[in-house]
Parts: sequence; C-alpha cells; structure tokens
Amino acid sequence: MKYTVQIVGVGGQGVLLASMVLGNAAMEQGYKVAMSEVHGMAQRGGSVLSTLRFGDDVISPLEAAGSADLIMGFEPAETCRNLPLGNKDTVILMNLDPVLPSMVAAGFEEYPSIDSLKDAVSSVNKNLYTIDATKIAIEAGKAVAANAVMIGAVAAMKGFPIPKDDLLKSLMDQVPDKFKDLNKKAFEMGYSAMSS
Amino acid sequence: MPNLLAEGGKQLLLGNEAITRGLIEAGVGFASTYPGTPSSEVGNILEKISSEAGLYFEFSTNEKVAMEVSAAAASSGVRSFVFMKHVGLNVAADPMMTLAYSGVRGGMLIMSADDPSCHSSQNEQDNRYYSTLALLPMMEPSTPQEAKEMVKEAYRVSEELTLPLIFRTTTRVNHARGVVELSPKAEAKKIGHFDKDVARFVNIPAYAKQNRVRLLDLYAKAQELSEKSPHNFIEGSGDIGIITSGVSYTYVREFVKGASIIKLGFTNPLPEKKIADFIKGKKFVIVVEELEPFLEDQILRICAQNGFNVPVYGKRSGHLPREWEFSPDTLSGIRELVEVQEFKQPLPKVTVQLPSRPPTLCAGCPHRGMFAAAKKAAGNTDVIYCSDIGCYTLGVQPPFKAADFIICMGGGAGAAGGFAQSTDQKVIAFMGDSTFFHAGIPPMINALFNNHSVVIVVLDNRTTAMTGHQPNPGTGRDFGGVSTEAIDIKSLVEGIGVKFVQEINPYDVKAATKVMKDALDFDGVAVIISKCPCPLELKKQKQLVIRAVNVDQDKCIKCYNCVRTIACPALFKKDGAISTDPNQCIGCGMCANVCPTGAIEVKK
Repeated sequence: MKYTVQIVGVGGQGVLLASMVLGNAAMEQGYKVAMSEVHGMAQRGGSVLSTLRFGDDVISPLEAAGSADLIMGFEPAETCRNLPLGNKDTVILMNLDPVLPSMVAAGFEEYPSIDSLKDAVSSVNKNLYTIDATKIAIEAGKAVAANAVMIGAVAAMKGFPIPKDDLLKSLMDQVPDKFKDLNKKAFEMGYSAMSS
Repeated sequence: MPNLLAEGGKQLLLGNEAITRGLIEAGVGFASTYPGTPSSEVGNILEKISSEAGLYFEFSTNEKVAMEVSAAAASSGVRSFVFMKHVGLNVAADPMMTLAYSGVRGGMLIMSADDPSCHSSQNEQDNRYYSTLALLPMMEPSTPQEAKEMVKEAYRVSEELTLPLIFRTTTRVNHARGVVELSPKAEAKKIGHFDKDVARFVNIPAYAKQNRVRLLDLYAKAQELSEKSPHNFIEGSGDIGIITSGVSYTYVREFVKGASIIKLGFTNPLPEKKIADFIKGKKFVIVVEELEPFLEDQILRICAQNGFNVPVYGKRSGHLPREWEFSPDTLSGIRELVEVQEFKQPLPKVTVQLPSRPPTLCAGCPHRGMFAAAKKAAGNTDVIYCSDIGCYTLGVQPPFKAADFIICMGGGAGAAGGFAQSTDQKVIAFMGDSTFFHAGIPPMINALFNNHSVVIVVLDNRTTAMTGHQPNPGTGRDFGGVSTEAIDIKSLVEGIGVKFVQEINPYDVKAATKVMKDALDFDGVAVIISKCPCPLELKKQKQLVIRAVNVDQDKCIKCYNCVRTIACPALFKKDGAISTDPNQCIGCGMCANVCPTGAIEVKK
C-alpha cells in the first residue's frame, strides 16, 4: 500500500500543521512516511504545497505529477492551480472559502467565481468534494480552526487509510491545550459535513 | 512539536530537526551559523535548546565569522558545527580554504544547505565542487533518518582525518520529513584547550607549502575511508548500473526497477575502486544527481583510467537536466534506458484565469512605507534601486518596483557606489539591519572613502525576518545563558564619518518622503535608517498592539492613493469602495498617512 496526499493552500492557513497531523497519524499506524514541505520565502502569503506520502515502502519525499491519491485543497484557486498533481481518479477535497491575493484585494486582478472553479474541477474529475471549511470553523469558534475542519472532512473520505479516531488523536497531540476543545469541535463538524 | 531532547523513541522529524538531533547524539559542543534557508531551522531550534542540550550556539554576524569561530573551537578539541545556505559558503570560503591546510583536532562539520530550484535563493550553485576545491571530505545524506546517523559517522571521519568535513544537503533533505529513531545522547564537551603548533596553524608561505603536502596525504587517506564507508553501498543486481546520491537516491530507489544501484553518501573523495568494481561488466551505467555533473564527470574519468568501454548516461548524454531540482517525474528522462514506474496521466491545467499569488510583504510591513516614500521622493528622477537579500527583496513587485539590481548579501550598497561613479543616474540602495552587520558596513565605508554619491537605506526592522526572526547584532542576544546589548546602527554609521544620517519611522510616510528628498539632494553618502519593528516579530513577542481602523466612506474621494502606494494586503477595494480586513490589519496607519482627505481613521 502507498498513499499520497498533496496539501495545497496559502501561507498562514495551517497547511504545515495539517500535514504534521496526518503524517504523525500515519507513523502511529506503523507506515513508513516521507514528506516534503515548503518553508522560507514562499510562506509570505504565497501558495504553499506540502506533500505527504505513506505506506509500506515509501522513501521519496516528492510524488510524480498526476499521482496524488488525495488533494486537500485549503483554498479554491490554489486547488485549481495544483490540479495537475492529481488524475481523473484522485479524490479532491476543496474548501470553497477563498483567500484573496493582495492584487485581487487591491482591485488590480479578478478572483474567478467559486462556481467556475468548482466546474473546472468537476469537468475533469468525478471525485470532487466541497466544503465551507472556514465558515464551519467560524461556527465552531474561530477561523483558524479551518484546518481541523479539513482534517475532519478527510477522516470521512471513503477509502482514506487512517481511521477517524487516530486522526483526531493526532490532531489533539499537535495543538496546544487551550485550543484542544476548539479543534475537536471543528474536526467533528468537518467530519459530519462530509458524512451527510 | 518534536522533542529533540527525548531519551529515545521514534518521531516524525524534519531533516533539519534530525540533523540537530544528530549533533546532540554526537556530543557536539559548539555550533555557529548565519541564518539562511534551507538551513535556518537548525539555528532556530538551537536558539531554544542549546542550553539544555549542553552546547554553545551563536548566530554569528556572517558566515565567514561563523566558520572562523567554529574552526577555533574544533582546533581546541571541541566538536563544532557550522552551518549555512549554499551562497553563505561563498562568504565563508576564504577561511575554509586555508582551514583545510591547518585541519582540526575535534571533529568539525561544515553544513552547506544547497537549494536546487532556488526555492528561497538567488542562484542554485552546486557546492559539492567546494569539496574538490578545498580537498575536504564530503558526505551527503538522502533522508532525515540517514542524515542523523551520518552526522555521527561524519564526526568520526573528521576526527580520523583531522580535517573539517563538508556535510552537504539540499532543500529536499533539509525540508523533508520522515520517521526517525532516536539513539542515546552523548555528553557534549564544551571546553577544550588550544595546544599551539605554529607549523600547522600559522600558514605563512613556508609552512603553507608543507601543509599543502600534508593535506594531499590526508586526502589520499580520505579516499581509503570512502572505499570502506558504510554510507557507500550497493543494492540490487543486474547488468544496468545506477550511480546516485542525495535525495535523487530516494527517487531511483522507489521508482526504478531492474537495476543495480550504488548509493553514494561519502561523495568526496569518491570510492573509486568500489565504483570501478561496480561498473565493470555492466552494459551501461546511469548517473542520477541534481545540478552539475559532479559525479558523472568523475565516473567518466574513472572509466577512462580503468580502460572501461561502458557507456555512461546522465547529463552529458542529455537524458537528465542540469537545471532545477529532480522529482520522480525527472526519471522519465531515462525511461528509454531502464524500467521506470508508469506515472498516472496528470489532469490538465484549468482554463479558468487564476489570480497570481506571489510571496508578498506582510500587512503592516514597515518596508512598504519606506518604499512608498522613496518612490514618492524620487518622482520622475532616473533612480537605480539597488536592493539586497531579505524580505525587502519583495519590493521588486508592483507597485513599488524598488529593486533593479540584486546579487548577494551587502551587494546592493557595493554596487550602488559603482553605479554612482559610472552613470549619471541617482542611486538608492536598500539593505536590512542584519545585512548591514553581515556585509553592509564595508560598502558604506567604500562609498565614503571613494566619495560616491549614494543614498543607503537601512531597513531596520529589529530582526532577521526572512529566515524566521533570528536576533542580530542590532538587537543584542538573549538566549543560551548569554545576554548582550544591541549595537546602535546610527552611532556606528556616524562613527564611520557619514555626515548625512537620519533615523525615520516608515509608518510616517510623509516625513520619510521629506527625508528621502533631502538625501537625494545630498552630495555624498546619505544614510537613512528606517527603524520600525517587524509586526510578525512583535506578534511572536506578544508585544503587537493592534489598532482598529475605519474608512469614512463620506470623506473618501476614491483616489486610491492608499492601494496604489502602500498596496497593503489588508486594504480591500470592492465595488469601488475602500475597506480594511480586520483579520489582517494591524492599524499601523501607513494608508491613513497617505490619504489626502483623512478618510482612513486609526483608533487610538
């Protein structure tokens, strides 16, 4: 067994934390784990990509284009930008709440409609799941918990090799005590949103 | 968060974390660096744990000094570790070249963290050549687990040879993460004794000539160690051979079938006999390595010297690229030679026009104010903007476009003098506070000494921000049981003899603009110190005071001066109306400062 998750988003959204949560959970399952992260300059509000691979015989920290089993898209435009990481069978989880790039915010560039982004994915891939992770996180208590919502949603994905309870445990291990309740709530809400 | 001081067990560690743990397991007593990605995390961790780990650690003022302090420690019998990004080794190359002649007593590792694909760098130079240039042994890990083990073996080798060893990594090793088994920690020896040996440590010509011979002898001995090294090993069998090292090994190992692999971890000097035995009888060999044909050219020589007529494929044959980092996809280049796993057909790029999302200066970043002031003051004057290495590199983007020339640390101010002398254009050079101490002072002195008319702006945000907020001489240090006072940039610049020195607050864009106008009119060296702490650093220190901002839509005349000159990511323009994003805005007031009607109000 080998499984590759490509986690894409914007610096500051908690992409690295999410990859740590999934990676540690995979390690606890006894899998070999190889990950690759983006640090440094690109983190300053730029696009962020984290690759997580686990399985019985995994050593490469990068994956070939097209070979992702799951794309975890923290942001709709970034999900679309990174679509070539997946193939027609890749499961794609897309947060529909956008983070506007500064040139869009300042009115110099347009952000496409969310529907057009959804259509761009679903026209080439039949495994698109969408979620309003940021809205759900705000409902749970705070927007920063959107990554916990996303992890909860992944736990509900058909065929994801790590059980829900183990993902939740790994999440609890990674977040500071004072945010445990918020993250647990956000995780469960993400899980329910995907199960319903 | 990982616990690098744990007694044992397994953890999911970043390559840089695994390397740091390796130092603790090797009993390293002294470490020094100048921060640079992809090596930065090692310093950030050591800043936190060096005391508890029982080792001395410092952020040195630049890589050259970092090399020199670690060289002294190792010469006194203390195991030392100096680390930097690849271009940092250019700065430290001078001491390294002659340190090779003297050698060391305690083990010394020089970590060069190379950055193929320039993820956070100005070039992608291949520092493996430094090992052949300096005649120093070199080792290269492929994974975090191997990196930790290799650190310990590298210290053993360094001490056996009495030479510093180049520990060469790349971004996909430093920033890879994998499962790492912890081994017992070793007691760190922090204090040694320097036993004088003039013939060895004083490289005047007469001694240097002899030390060159000594080095060549040690290099021959290093060759023997490489032949026996457990980090050079063969896997699999067959008449197709693959020679590989570093992260490339992981791609070959996982995605190539039906070939025999020689994995090289001790890569200078190469185990030439082992390689010759490996190649002998092969139908052909493929060399898989990132960047330059460092191994490949030596393999070609080894084949020639042994009279082998075995084809060598790789970069010289056009199968693999010389530019940019590899990934599993790169192996498609050798599919005609060997069985490479079939990859899935990637989805096409979407046809929807996606907005660009380049890295950008943060909301409330004081650099924005200084750039806005410089552009405003320059007006239509033909100004060459020399910039430097740091967050302010991002000033190249619109609307600032405040970078016309960037080469290296301190390079902007140096070049500024040359432009001032050789053109009729005005010159403004930007550099950060950490860059000022690193390599910014000599060019300032040079401009004074040679009477160049330049404006030099020190963007003093009270931290080394880009690499993750390390302290620098301008902030003083307060970690590892050592506290020092900050060195004041203004007094230092005045002390050199600069006549025009003004400190400004970049959040007051109007005042900064006036000072910049005066500086541009000044005949000689004018230095502006744009002093304002990085909001991210303040946030980390829990000292950031956030003020609410309100845009009075009745007063707003929709001139968009705010978004056009400050372009802060916290400013929004929707349906023609300006607003601020309370999640991002810190209330710094730069946009309010440039608003002609006072429509933007910052609450006290």
